[in-house]
Amino acid sequence: MNHDSYSDSYIAGILRDCRTIAMVGASANWNRPSFFAMKYLQGKGYRVIPVNPGQAGNEILGETVYAGLKDIPVPVDMVDCFRKAEAIPAICADAIDIGARVLWMQLGVRNMDAARQAEAAGLKVVMDRCPKIEYGRLSGELGWIGVNRGILSAKKRPLL
Amino acid sequence: MTEKKPDFATLAVHAGSSPDPVTGARVTPIYQTTSYVFDDADHAAQLFNLQTFGNIYTRLTNPTTAVLEERIATLEGGRAGVACASGHAAQLIAFHALMEEGDEFIASTRLYGGSITQFGQTFAKMGWKVIWADPDDPENFRRAMTDRVKAVFIEGLANPGGVVTDIEAIADIAHEHHVPLIVDNTLATPYLCNPLQWGADIVIHSATKFIGGHGNSMGGIIIDGGRFDWSADDRYPTLSAPNPSYHGLRFHETFGDFGFAMACRALGLRDLGPALSPFNAFLILTGSETLPLRMEKHCANALKVAEFLRQDERVAWVSYAGLTDSPYYGLAQKYLPRGAGSIFTFGLKGGYEAGTELVARVNLFSHLANIGDVRSLIIHPASTTHRQLSEEQQIAAGAGPDVIRLSIGIEGADDLIADLDQAMG
Ligand SMILES: Cc1ncc(COP(=O)(O)O)c(C=O)c1O
Repeated sequence: MNHDSYSDSYIAGILRDCRTIAMVGASANWNRPSFFAMKYLQGKGYRVIPVNPGQAGNEILGETVYAGLKDIPVPVDMVDCFRKAEAIPAICADAIDIGARVLWMQLGVRNMDAARQAEAAGLKVVMDRCPKIEYGRLSGELGWIGVNRGILSAKKRPLL
Repeated sequence: MTEKKPDFATLAVHAGSSPDPVTGARVTPIYQTTSYVFDDADHAAQLFNLQTFGNIYTRLTNPTTAVLEERIATLEGGRAGVACASGHAAQLIAFHALMEEGDEFIASTRLYGGSITQFGQTFAKMGWKVIWADPDDPENFRRAMTDRVKAVFIEGLANPGGVVTDIEAIADIAHEHHVPLIVDNTLATPYLCNPLQWGADIVIHSATKFIGGHGNSMGGIIIDGGRFDWSADDRYPTLSAPNPSYHGLRFHETFGDFGFAMACRALGLRDLGPALSPFNAFLILTGSETLPLRMEKHCANALKVAEFLRQDERVAWVSYAGLTDSPYYGLAQKYLPRGAGSIFTFGLKGGYEAGTELVARVNLFSHLANIGDVRSLIIHPASTTHRQLSEEQQIAAGAGPDVIRLSIGIEGADDLIADLDQAMG
């Protein structure tokens, strides 16, 4: 798997299949990027479950915060990591254990070893991307603020 | 699987403009509206917090304008675009995101005269100080560096034409000092040159010129190259520090590689106000679809006219970078392999008198102060745009008494040559 460029259909497939996203490193602070992403994805119909040991037991955007992935009582489709690269291997191991199907690392975060491990366990992996920005790109919304989406299409229906 | 990058001509027609998802309208509709309804209070709050994508008010975003922004960003190979009411507005908004009061920037001496005035006089009133550097020796930019310098600004192919600036050399110097290079790419257009490929960080256009191309709409655009690290230190607080007007949001951290573009929009357009009209965006967008075809013809015509003038005995000199004996021919080969543009200057042996007479006698050339139109244009700067300057100042600005500037259009080259021939008397 080439992690330097992903096809639009690969990313669109993941965002279409997943409904429940565990967001590791979710912040309770409304002006943090993770809060923006969580709020946006909720608006698109995803259930986003925050994971943050410092906030365990509290609520963020109406969802209970858990200390770790293994504490989440419902099945999780995708694990979205708002953590630095060094923290990824441990999250990856837990993501495999809880049966997640996708391991997603945020913009600026890459960990090739963790990616290989997750792929060996059958998970799909995305690195150095933001699901909010990808959703906006594939749905066309990102173009509303003049961002180059890299998509040419004469079709009426967007990819998402 | 690596996909082949689409041809420029394909991007010029398609980038940014899929059919309208609701009506199926194939051509981008003109969204002639000031404002947009919110779904509910929470949606409104999210929009105002920049947490979700969507429209609030046309001073910030507009769906017609957004297509133009995405298209030009794509043609330049950039991350995002921000359209403004004019090229000058684009320059103001870009610097507003970079500069604090007391900051400095280095600008090339070879610029459009209006930019020289904007930087030297109006920006000075805001406490932004310009330091001038002659780009013929890129080392001048290194010599001009100070620790308050926040940006370097050049025109790649410079107005009034014939001069090509060494973009890559100046980009390297800017980056050694950890400041971004801004290139005004108006005269070259993205078809002839992509400054981001040569190391520029931000590209600015007066879309009034070739991109719109038909002399009917003012417009400007800023392209964020997406590569500059605004958060490496604290020199760009507008981009890296918590913003009080968005409750502590940091633009670069939150929007990543389009953080600069978002700051231009959410701070510059919001607070200074020079939004592009949706109707102008539509006209410029329509123009952009034929940019490659027009530029081919503009350049081919310009070369023919320049070659005609060079061999004519009434002509003293011709400054066109596409001529093999131009001192800028080598740089033009490097940065403008598809053509050296269509704006250039020449002088008549008869000097000032002969120049004003020529302008009076041409029939197809329009005597006006613009460039980059399908129509051919002519101006004698010393008797018009630079009239108030001393002769010495005129010469320094490339507008000496004998200088005539042409902007060659897409008419038949032979007709343009015949018109100049009869007008030179
Ligand atoms: C190279 C260049 N940059 C900027 C501008 C300013 O653009 P506008 O007239 O759209 O404000 C011009 C206008 O002549 C120009 O030629």
